[in-house]
Amino acid sequence: MAVETPSLGRQRALLGVGVPLTLVGFTAFILWVFPPLYGLFWDSTCSTVDTWIVCSNFLQRGFTAGALIGVTAPVVGAYLVNRQMALIGEALAHTAFGGVAIGLFIGAAVPTLDYPLVFALVAAAIAALGMQYIAVKTDGYADVPIAIMLTGGFALGISIISYGVVFSATVESYLFGDILFVPFENVQLMVALTLLVGLTVGLTHKQLLFITFDREAARLARINVWLYDTLLIVLTALVVVAAMQILGAILVAGMLVIPVAAAMQLTASFNRGMGLSVVVGQIAIFGGIFLSYIWNIATGAMIILVAIAVYLWALLFVWNATVGTLVIVMPVVVWVYLLSPLIGGFVMLGLIAIYTLASTRQ
Amino acid sequence: MTPAISVENVSFAYDDQPVLKDISLTVDEGDFLGLIGPNGSGKTTLLKLMLGLKQPDSGRIELYGTRADKFKQGTRLAYVSQQSSEADAMMPVTVREVVRMGRYAHAGLMPLSSEDSRLVDDALETVGISDLADRKISRLSGGQKQRVYIARALASEADLLALDEPTVGVDADSVEAFYDLLAELNDDGITIILIEHDIGVVTQHANMMACLDCELYEHCETSAFLESGAVERVFSSAHGLQAGQLVGGD
Repeated sequence: MAVETPSLGRQRALLGVGVPLTLVGFTAFILWVFPPLYGLFWDSTCSTVDTWIVCSNFLQRGFTAGALIGVTAPVVGAYLVNRQMALIGEALAHTAFGGVAIGLFIGAAVPTLDYPLVFALVAAAIAALGMQYIAVKTDGYADVPIAIMLTGGFALGISIISYGVVFSATVESYLFGDILFVPFENVQLMVALTLLVGLTVGLTHKQLLFITFDREAARLARINVWLYDTLLIVLTALVVVAAMQILGAILVAGMLVIPVAAAMQLTASFNRGMGLSVVVGQIAIFGGIFLSYIWNIATGAMIILVAIAVYLWALLFVWNATVGTLVIVMPVVVWVYLLSPLIGGFVMLGLIAIYTLASTRQ
Repeated sequence: MTPAISVENVSFAYDDQPVLKDISLTVDEGDFLGLIGPNGSGKTTLLKLMLGLKQPDSGRIELYGTRADKFKQGTRLAYVSQQSSEADAMMPVTVREVVRMGRYAHAGLMPLSSEDSRLVDDALETVGISDLADRKISRLSGGQKQRVYIARALASEADLLALDEPTVGVDADSVEAFYDLLAELNDDGITIILIEHDIGVVTQHANMMACLDCELYEHCETSAFLESGAVERVFSSAHGLQAGQLVGGD
């Protein structure tokens, strides 16, 4: 087993060269490749589908940002939920809000520094590291430091805002999220964060999973638990800041937790669960955006409500798979029947046949 | 030959509460050490100290000739804890996914190779749970779960296997099969340290015994150990202490 050391050394050298190169590649992609690609995709979608919902510039940016959040938040959330750290995201989002307030304040005074999200990123990262420090000092993520961080960050934000130099509309967009309020730079920022999260999770998934499942055994295998814990919480801070624009500081944690909770009901495997939670995340994002436009309801809130609906459905499906399937299939069948009784009737007969076959095979 | 583990004059306390006092013992490669003692006698603490998961207040512990907490070759060690951690009761993770974790320390940041997958399959085969590979671990019985953890240890190709009361809550038949499996592994040259409350079972399989109650009462070969009367002394003194406290309480 002495052969292990040179191989790990080679890995380190490979990473030392590979990771910076990849990061340079990412930057080039975001600055030069992504914008034309983005334009090409939405132009062709707009010309083929031709409805206002895919042709509006605001919604194009909103959909893109949402789809990216629907990937990163559940992926990071999968580790957090299974470590019983579901509320860490909420605490970080509230400190990030404090950062936004500082950013708006400074931005109002010095227009060249008007990037509140960057301040949010810094505040959340500092909070993440602080949380990690407290966790090491006090043996675990107790809920008391979380509560202190959550209310403290929010109190800081409110006290700065109450000083009264920013518009309440701007503040509200960070509190509750605003899908019409995502500038293209922020979409680019989100692509960057998504690539970063993807790269990190791709490289360290094994270690993160091992620590999540069996901390002691991971320490025994001499995996640097402290390093990976810090990495995970910093990733969480990045994702929270990215998601805050659409969901708002208050609802961000829902996207980290609910898709994962739904997916984990439906599978025995962690890796499949992670994949499935991304699917649930996308359903929540796209379903939420559509419904919020149909019913004229706040988008962030609708996204979370759709996610919860999927979670409840997952519980129903686990309780009784037939009932769970019917709940999904029946409305579709009824809809088809209303459109055309003949086709609807055939579909119903077909379903009954499939069901009978399936139940006799058992 | 350097011993697998050497413990010299080690003491450890939680705050002011001394748990271990001046312990010295050695475990040679290929040994099967049974570690017994009453509840709260510091068995688990000693095991964690030996594996470098905790640091002693004083004294010196070496793993294969290196200071235990500086020992870097995590792939040589495997640990099966008292069962039912929260994660394996709640988290969706399949048997195969858990056994694959045994290869993680080998792979580092790279993906697992086909050689890794083969070792995982072999390990599942050896402990006889190939048919459970895609089952969720929380759905398994206690005995099956412990086999999964043994398979993980096998997949990691560890030289040293530490087990902390692995058979609590496992039914009698499974316990017997479990110890037969451990005996086989030991025959293949894996060093085993086992904490167990059932003294009868340990003395059947272990070639060395250590009896602990804050101090080390006895550490010798199993046959000599059974004649030494250390078990009776330790367990009756613990019993006497409890009775004394009760009288004092009155």
